[in-house]
Amino acid sequence: MELVVSLAIGVLTGSGIWLLLRSRTFQVIIGLSLLSYAVNLFIFSTGGLRTGAAAILARGQPGTLGEFTDPVPQALVLTAIVIGFATTALLLVVLLAARGLTGTDQVDGREREG
Amino acid sequence: MTGWADHLIIAPIILPMLTGAGMILAGDGRRGVTVALGLASTLSLLALSVALLSVADTTGVRIYRLGDWPALFGIVLVLDRLSAMMLALSSALGLASFVFSLGRRHAPGALFHPLLQLQFMGLNGAFLAGDLFNLFVFFEVMLAASYGMALHGSGRARVLAGLHYVVINLLASLLFLIGVSVVYGIAGTLNMADLATRMGEVAVEDRALLEAGLAVMGIAFLVKAAMWPLGFWLPGTYAAATAPAAAILSILSKVGIYAVLRLWSLLFSEDSGDSAGFGGTALLIGGLLTIAYGSAAILGAQSLRRLAGASVMVSSGTLLATIGTGHSAVTGGALLYLASSVLAIAAFFLLIELVERGREAGADVLAVTREAFGTGDSEPVEAHEVGVAIPGTLALLGLSFIACALLLAGLPPLSGFLAKFAILAPLLGPPDAVVSVTSWVLMAALILSGLATVVAMLRAGIEAFWTSPASTAARVGLAEIVPIGLLLALCAALTVAAGPAVDYMRATAEALHAPSGYVRSVLTPPAPVPKGGG
Repeated sequence: MELVVSLAIGVLTGSGIWLLLRSRTFQVIIGLSLLSYAVNLFIFSTGGLRTGAAAILARGQPGTLGEFTDPVPQALVLTAIVIGFATTALLLVVLLAARGLTGTDQVDGREREG
Repeated sequence: MTGWADHLIIAPIILPMLTGAGMILAGDGRRGVTVALGLASTLSLLALSVALLSVADTTGVRIYRLGDWPALFGIVLVLDRLSAMMLALSSALGLASFVFSLGRRHAPGALFHPLLQLQFMGLNGAFLAGDLFNLFVFFEVMLAASYGMALHGSGRARVLAGLHYVVINLLASLLFLIGVSVVYGIAGTLNMADLATRMGEVAVEDRALLEAGLAVMGIAFLVKAAMWPLGFWLPGTYAAATAPAAAILSILSKVGIYAVLRLWSLLFSEDSGDSAGFGGTALLIGGLLTIAYGSAAILGAQSLRRLAGASVMVSSGTLLATIGTGHSAVTGGALLYLASSVLAIAAFFLLIELVERGREAGADVLAVTREAFGTGDSEPVEAHEVGVAIPGTLALLGLSFIACALLLAGLPPLSGFLAKFAILAPLLGPPDAVVSVTSWVLMAALILSGLATVVAMLRAGIEAFWTSPASTAARVGLAEIVPIGLLLALCAALTVAAGPAVDYMRATAEALHAPSGYVRSVLTPPAPVPKGGG
């Protein structure tokens, strides 16, 4: 499972960075979204990958991370998802405004010659 | 949690949040309500921050536990001398920017005032946050508001600069998150004070990863602080923003500096075992490069706004390099420099708007490159005036310009000089001490960047006031010149009251470099509350 998750994070990050370096605003925003998925998965994985473990303590169990999944990264990733969602929406508005004002979707507002 | 006074610590976050929400509810149409709410909020923020400043000066570290949970389980806000000073700076800038926006010729557009309030909520929260994740959350609140502020007024140049600003900051936030999660994965805590105690106990094989995580987080802060080569976004964005927005943005870059100073001094102190002093050299070298780049940018600046943006970079570079030396006395000087330069740059941004008014678009472009400067976005100038116009405008503007130049270049008699002196004197050390090469380089960089600023400001001043004075007599409202006067008066106050100010900064720096007091105050469990019968 570790291998699959780390491969997924790696592929998402790689594609995200590739798209981020492209010159059209839409590619940039998709790149940022992919990167934020990668980061969210990464945060989630820092709590340790476990399947079938309880999220909260059951009665009578010792309070160690061996017995239950760490809730803190889950709380962090929820917050990060919400914030990422809001900022991406804001970026979309800026992107549309830039498209409207410059008449092109290049990030520097100039259509490339040729 | 004994008296109401303890709850003052959270007020700088709650107050602007409620005010901002109230303004949105009141709607854009009711300008009177918005202005009254905003004035009440900014004035009480200023009063609050002065009160907190005196609290911090007498008691050192005060903490506020949300819900009274012990620090490791709940959220804590921490007030110490550094955060109190930053709060005071942000509320002073807030008042100036708010008053300035009232007197602007074109009434500020939709939602400017609520955005300003939310900006303060984010700023104040970032200064008070006691753990990494809340630092992240308040950073995002602050940035989201600043996107709105930077884009405020719209127009092609602003939207393009804003697009770059938003993308770069989103990327920096992702780096911040990666750093936070690596730190949590290894140290198992996000509380800064708790993290500081665990730094020394990290296993040898995990230490490199933890340091890498913190370094990734540091890059996110340094993007905000505009360290070379992470700061290319800054001059364009600041030049495109409207004057009151740019004045606020000038403290935003210092939030990055604040975070670096706070975390670096806390986590890589002498108690942190093998990690002590990690990254200090990088800060020093990065700071020096930023000074060099900023000085070149100042000399090459073709408009006043670019010049101001470049001086933000010089001030960031100076701060990073001096923090990187790791001497508490030098840090004390750097803090004085921070206060002085934030106020001066904000005043300068506001002043530029007034100086440029009435001049033809692009008039401040120097000689040869006049035609290379794009003139797409001159603001529509409306005929009616808001507020009382004052006489002798040009003289006042000129005097303010001279004051800004003196402050930014670090020439006597104003506080810019005192601050640079307070940095340079401890670098030289006692008369018989051997001065290291790094100290010489740093001193040379500080003095040369001052020289570059003097040259550029002289040139810009001659161009603006003597060779091509305003074609139509600029009419400046009282509400526009007063905030500039206020900011410059604060700098003058720093000069006159230099003794107490330097003492305060020195105490701040000493507390930063001996973080055990901070750690102890945060981690001390709350006194048990006697259970009431019921």
